[in-house]
Amino acid sequence: VCLAIPGKVIKILNNENALIDYGDGTKRKVNISLVDINIGDYALVHAGFAIEKLNKKEAKETLAIFREMLSIEEEN
Amino acid sequence: VFSLNDKKLARQIVDKIKKLDINLKFMHVCGTHQDTLLKNGLDILLKDCGIEIGQGPGCPVCVTTQKEIEEMLLLAQNGITVTTFGDMINVPGENQSLQNLKTEGYDIRAVYSIIDAISIAKKNKNKEVVFMAVGFETTAPTTASVLLKKPPNNFSILCCHRTIPNALKALLDMGEIRIDGLIEPGHVSTIIGSNVYNFISKEYNVPQVITGFEPIDILMAVWMLVKQIENNEAYVQNEYTRAVKKEGNIKAQKIINKVFKSGDIRRLDPDIVGYVQVESLDYPGADETPL
Repeated sequence: VCLAIPGKVIKILNNENALIDYGDGTKRKVNISLVDINIGDYALVHAGFAIEKLNKKEAKETLAIFREMLSIEEEN
Repeated sequence: VFSLNDKKLARQIVDKIKKLDINLKFMHVCGTHQDTLLKNGLDILLKDCGIEIGQGPGCPVCVTTQKEIEEMLLLAQNGITVTTFGDMINVPGENQSLQNLKTEGYDIRAVYSIIDAISIAKKNKNKEVVFMAVGFETTAPTTASVLLKKPPNNFSILCCHRTIPNALKALLDMGEIRIDGLIEPGHVSTIIGSNVYNFISKEYNVPQVITGFEPIDILMAVWMLVKQIENNEAYVQNEYTRAVKKEGNIKAQKIINKVFKSGDIRRLDPDIVGYVQVESLDYPGADETPL
């Protein structure tokens, strides 16, 4: 039930809805009333609603941070 | 960008944990985490490292009470159109499931979203349509948002929503299982944030990591928990920073609080210990200014 899928906002349709591209050719109308989101943003979509805007910067840095955490451990 | 994949790093984490010679029991409460664990063989891999990860009862389907299911069956048998998520359709009540009734010709429809249930109500004005609203804080705001926008008069919900922090507390209070660390659900946490878990680490001295759903997310969460235990610490760490903020999704929280208030589910089912139900429904209605 709590499955959520990331997608990119490609068009704001109205106050409530946006068109989201899931990257595999699937595009869906998604309710955006729970988030503040713009074209080009990535959103986590659950049951027809965008539940949170994804943080691209954090996503890019996550693996690097993990690698660093593990190597600091090594030095100690 | 949002799917983390690094086999070398994954291997590195596993090797590091293996060297530690530990014997720990962690728990997660999320069907999607379970899926990642099993699909990728992580459960076996981690067991070899001395770590067992059990699944706590965190799936909305398994925390729905018999009474709630019976209510839906009864509604369907009385000619009402029953809509709910696909997962719920096969869940048995005392004698039968919604699926059984569907085969008998009653009007039961699986939907992907509450929005689909609203469309069904709009298209069938002469019928009463009920949506069985299950799910934790991930799903609750979607229900709340629809209710705030004046749904059609022939549409109602049966509220079966639950809250995660109280469910975790109830689980720990039972004290029946040893839990050395908690893996907290990523998607629920996008809504409720990471701060709400703090009291659990404080009161129960249990380390917690909020984590995503890639194999590497789970491995990293395990690593973080192991490190906390090694350092004799217990606090909330957020591994899923690409989606979860400390404060969570405030807009969604406001919408939930506007529509639901929480209550104790033991009123509904004395056999379920301490689970908390979010109950509706005294919502102000559509005349309110939208949030």
